[in-house]
Amino acid sequence: MFTETEIGKRNRWSENGMKIFFLVMTILMIVPLLLIIGYLFYRALPVLSFEFLFTNPKDNMRSGGLWAPFLGTIYLVVVSLLVSAPIGVFAAVYLNEYARENWFTRIVNLAVVNLAGVPSIVHALFGVGAFVLFAGLGESVLAASLTLAIMTLPVIIASTKEALNAVPMSFREACWNLGATRWQTIRRIVLPNSISGILTGVILQVSRAAGETAPIMFTGAVFYKAIAEGDVFAYNVLDQCMALSLHLFTISTQVPDVAEGIPYGTAIVLVGTVLLVNAAAIVLRVYLRTRKRW
Amino acid sequence: MNALRKNTKAKVPFSETAIETFIRLCGISSIIFVFGIFFFVFREGAGFLFNGLDLGQFLTSPEWYPTSLSNKRYGTLALILGTFSVTTLAMCLAVPFGLGAAIFVSEFCSPKLREAFKIIIELLAAIPSVVWGFIGLTLMNQMIIKIFNAPIGLTMLNGSIMLALMSVPIIVSIAEDALKAVPDSYREAAEALGATRWQVVYRVLLPAAKNGLLAAVLLGAARSIGETMAVLMATGHSVNIPTGPLSWMRTLTATIAAELGEVARGDEHYQVLFIIGILLFSITFIVNLIADLVIKGIHQDF
Repeated sequence: MFTETEIGKRNRWSENGMKIFFLVMTILMIVPLLLIIGYLFYRALPVLSFEFLFTNPKDNMRSGGLWAPFLGTIYLVVVSLLVSAPIGVFAAVYLNEYARENWFTRIVNLAVVNLAGVPSIVHALFGVGAFVLFAGLGESVLAASLTLAIMTLPVIIASTKEALNAVPMSFREACWNLGATRWQTIRRIVLPNSISGILTGVILQVSRAAGETAPIMFTGAVFYKAIAEGDVFAYNVLDQCMALSLHLFTISTQVPDVAEGIPYGTAIVLVGTVLLVNAAAIVLRVYLRTRKRW
Repeated sequence: MNALRKNTKAKVPFSETAIETFIRLCGISSIIFVFGIFFFVFREGAGFLFNGLDLGQFLTSPEWYPTSLSNKRYGTLALILGTFSVTTLAMCLAVPFGLGAAIFVSEFCSPKLREAFKIIIELLAAIPSVVWGFIGLTLMNQMIIKIFNAPIGLTMLNGSIMLALMSVPIIVSIAEDALKAVPDSYREAAEALGATRWQVVYRVLLPAAKNGLLAAVLLGAARSIGETMAVLMATGHSVNIPTGPLSWMRTLTATIAAELGEVARGDEHYQVLFIIGILLFSITFIVNLIADLVIKGIHQDF
């Protein structure tokens, strides 16, 4: 047998040492997160119940539940999705399947990349300028949803393009050789083979839209609005609404003497909603990987 | 031949042309929206920007008194310094952890553990900024009061910790991509020469991936600069030039969020908030553009 040399020993020690060092770095990043969520959950535990989710805020938001803000968030997300998902997906189809590589597509790609990084408060200003004032929608669910839609659009375009790009060119060529038109190829071959990737990208933007506060603050979400409990059609899209994220901001900074536990409960419901949506995207992605046929 | 071509052309169904037109419209409308953002923000602020605003004062004076009755002053220096100092401190906290975690996940980790870490990092990225602000307002506030014996815990340090936790996932995922982009032949060559894993990382991978790591840091910083709710709630909300980690301050983004609800449309103050928006847009645009160019550079390298 070989005996370990001095250098070999030193190398082995430094190797293990570095590995442990980086592991500790990673853990130090993750543990605070788990502790924080655990702490929020612990403080929220006394108020969490189904009743909490299905009753309106009461006493100037000092007690009661989350029905109005929760429903408002759903309205905002659904309406924004109805706008951004089709436009984003078809815009990506256009860029990936129809447009030729030229100065125009290069500008679009550059714009898409950079707009994904525009601060959310700038989107809020845009929403005020374009939808609330210029388009005359006023502060409404529609204006806020459109603002969220514009915010999520570049990311949906980028993720859809990536999913479409992953479909091998040979699939398309085989289809064209059979005499199929461009749209037939897209509908029968390209979209079915990339649908999971497209959906994953869209779902991730749902969770982003649900959590955003700044873009909706001035475009349609309000501090307080009473609606009928248990009626899922209680909001009008041309009217204002409450939203979970803004509600958390309001009750933790603007309203004194909120009942113990309610802000924590609101935070947990918001985090829970967002993480649930994200978990759905992760499950979908794992499923996609097992079904991949190329 | 000609007849045949005519024939096939006639057979293209109407639905095909209709759907193609629709797809083209979607493609073009997305661009219109995209350029619309700059146009509409600019439109609301342009009047005062070109007619009345003293740009020198706007950028270099720390006096932000937009509601003063006798002498309105719109100096954003304190806000700009606030944004940059809180971002710098956040990056000092986030970059070592982010890069360390990226190196661990990409080089030292088993594939199963890597998947688990990536999912956790993705979930960390999904937590809404208002929740981070709330954590800063409650938990971190009390911790800073206890640890530093400070009168109020809503300080630059508090905001920086929140921003660091928010930007770490971006830094990890982009830095990991950059490390993964280094071809395996580099690692194999170094290991064949007898280098240990750490020597490979330190001598080969870090120099080879330095552009990608720089892009990761830049994108993390861009996110911190643009973040609104967390800094609005956690940094104490007072306009002054920050002197240390425990001083109160306010950022450009928080100023817009705090004051836009209280101004009358078309007012000077209202227009100044839009001009701050243009400033923010420009800063993040430049940072993102640099990061994009740096990333493009990597793809040409290998």
